[in-house]
Amino acid sequence: MSGRLPVRKTYKLFIGGAFPRSESGRTFEAQGQNVARASRKDARDAVKAARGAFATWSGATAYNRGQVLYRLAEMMEARSADLAATCSGADEVEAAVDRVVWYAGWTDKLSQVLGASNAVAGPYFSFSVPEPTGVVAIVVPESPALLGLVSRVAPALAGGNAVVAVASESHPLAAIELAEAAATSDLPAGVLNILTGRRAELAPVLAAHMDVNAIDVTGAGEVGAELEALAADNVKRVVHGGDGQSPWEISAFLELKTVWHPIGT
Amino acid sequence: MADLDRTRVPAAAPLAWEYAPAPESRDVVRFQERYGLFVGGELVDPRSAEWYSTIEPANEDHLADIALAGEEDVDLAVRAARDAFENGWSTLPGSERAKYVFRIARILLERSREFAVAESLNSGKPIKESRDVDVPIAAAHFFYYAGWADKLEYAFPNRRPQPLGVAGQIIPWNFPLLMLAWKIAPALACGNTVVLKPSHTTPLTALLFADACRQAGLPPGVVNIVTGDGRTGAAIVRHPDVDKIAFTGSTGVGKDIQRAIAGTGKRLTLELGGKAANIVFDDAALDQAVEGIVNGIFFNQGEVCCAGSRLLVQESVHEQLIAKLKRRMGTLRVGDPLDKNTDVGAINSREQLERIEELVESGREEGAEIFQPECVLPERGFWHAPTVFTNVAQSYRIAQEEIFGPVLSVLTFRTPEEAVEKANNTAYGLSAGVWTEKGARIFWMAERLRAGVVWGNTFNRFDPASPFGGYKESGFGREGGRHGLEAYLRFE
Repeated sequence: MSGRLPVRKTYKLFIGGAFPRSESGRTFEAQGQNVARASRKDARDAVKAARGAFATWSGATAYNRGQVLYRLAEMMEARSADLAATCSGADEVEAAVDRVVWYAGWTDKLSQVLGASNAVAGPYFSFSVPEPTGVVAIVVPESPALLGLVSRVAPALAGGNAVVAVASESHPLAAIELAEAAATSDLPAGVLNILTGRRAELAPVLAAHMDVNAIDVTGAGEVGAELEALAADNVKRVVHGGDGQSPWEISAFLELKTVWHPIGT
Repeated sequence: MADLDRTRVPAAAPLAWEYAPAPESRDVVRFQERYGLFVGGELVDPRSAEWYSTIEPANEDHLADIALAGEEDVDLAVRAARDAFENGWSTLPGSERAKYVFRIARILLERSREFAVAESLNSGKPIKESRDVDVPIAAAHFFYYAGWADKLEYAFPNRRPQPLGVAGQIIPWNFPLLMLAWKIAPALACGNTVVLKPSHTTPLTALLFADACRQAGLPPGVVNIVTGDGRTGAAIVRHPDVDKIAFTGSTGVGKDIQRAIAGTGKRLTLELGGKAANIVFDDAALDQAVEGIVNGIFFNQGEVCCAGSRLLVQESVHEQLIAKLKRRMGTLRVGDPLDKNTDVGAINSREQLERIEELVESGREEGAEIFQPECVLPERGFWHAPTVFTNVAQSYRIAQEEIFGPVLSVLTFRTPEEAVEKANNTAYGLSAGVWTEKGARIFWMAERLRAGVVWGNTFNRFDPASPFGGYKESGFGREGGRHGLEAYLRFE
């Protein structure tokens, strides 16, 4: 009985910048660990935290958002070994870090690539700018646990949205590990919230929630149709994304605002 | 037209204008006695064997008998569209597709008087609007999107755009031809074929458009027009061989459609209701603002999804602005849609008139103060006087619900922050207006208003090059501009 006993990690939720247990007190076993099993109430709390953080994040300059996301990549790189232990390994971590860097560079280019100045037939200046949709719920693909999560969450964050992500049910540890990197980056509390637990229990709550503006069903699998139907309650944007990287993945989480003003003397 | 020759006594204005009626000739349009469905390039009798009468809302006179498409009819139209898509249209070079669409734009302009008169007869809107707004902008949409047809790969770098297939399009009665143009022009330019359902009450310009398609030599089945009611629309939405639904109409129906196609993989764009705030600051040019307010709520009788139906006035100019507004309302000419003097025409249907009247009644009951200029409304037809409510609380139904009529609700604010808070306090997010002489404030407001279109020191401006569409429960997707192409393409 000699030597030091290691301190074990408790795998908890990530809501509003804090790491609470599920208010229900429930856990479930995944990847050989006890992981918090979020309740419907936790899902609603996460939406509330996201809504609270949205004004700050969407109101930050695009330059600042880019820097914060780059900082997230730095924090992930520093935790490479820990992240690798939760997913398929070092290659997946490297791809995930690179993807965050790629999206970090997009924040201040979106309005030039996706926006427009409109040649209207009259003495008016008309221009269109992309804006974040608001609170976005993301049902993360089951696998790859880390790269799948990052591929869906990074474009939503780069666009200035606040996110509630439901982690892979079979491999939730990568999401918690990422949350720890996020918590030590400069990402404002509540901008990224991560729920672990039963996806069939959590995703419908988010799909039906009246304060969620969009739901990403890319990783939803067979419950996708049910989520799409629930989304109609408040005309949520339903996002079917891909697993690659592209500005169009960001654009799926954006609105377009057109502004007009007369030109005169 | 004796019943439309009236004298008005403006309540707040010490002016009594007499106008000599200047009606546009209705002889420029000759309707057929009845119209079948436009399927596969021909007007065909409906398999449903059902017909209904379409009327002139200004006097309830019968205009023509219209086919009511049933499920089988919709199926035939979708087959015709699929056939046209597979056999030529989708593989036609973009430059050739463009020329068809250019032809349509030209024909609409050549026949613009006919279309304008038909539109005013069937919808009730003033001829000066159908003549100066609806028809020319509809033609401009075709011209604009025609030019995109052979340039799609430049619109979406690295994406290899492809048409979707058959687009099912369902449009409302407030801008029948213009909404048709917003739907059909980008769909065709992108290489899709179309099954379009005009509104039950306003099918005629869509049927004239079918004739324009024939005139343009458009291959049969590329455009199909199925007239009918909500059941017809539902059949389009549920048809398994439709690849995309584009709907403009009420938020309630939009939600039903979103639910109905959940999990089918059909693409969807929705342009739904609104309750736009038109915000006037104390430094605004008030006379210009009054013109913008009048345009915002009385254009097309207020039957406009982006109508400025909530007027938010900074407290310090409230009294002055409302006095000016009332005076201006006294000079509005309500009456014969075909009269070139008319500012406010007929309400589109009895059903809509009843909805407006019910909401106006709720405004009185909830405690708002009503003002209507004195005007003699024609006895026959569907009419509603221009109406403004003051002393409106945010909780009143007239401040919350879309009225879709010439009814304005006035609220006040003190600070820009309060204006933003109140403007955004709605489930809708289609449009907003801001009136101020301070440039920085326009941008400050524009950044914070959760609406798809923000008009600064103007209102109700539309252009094919300018994307239009909503935030929140006003829908998703954009019509107009490069962004309007996205709704009709998939990417490889």
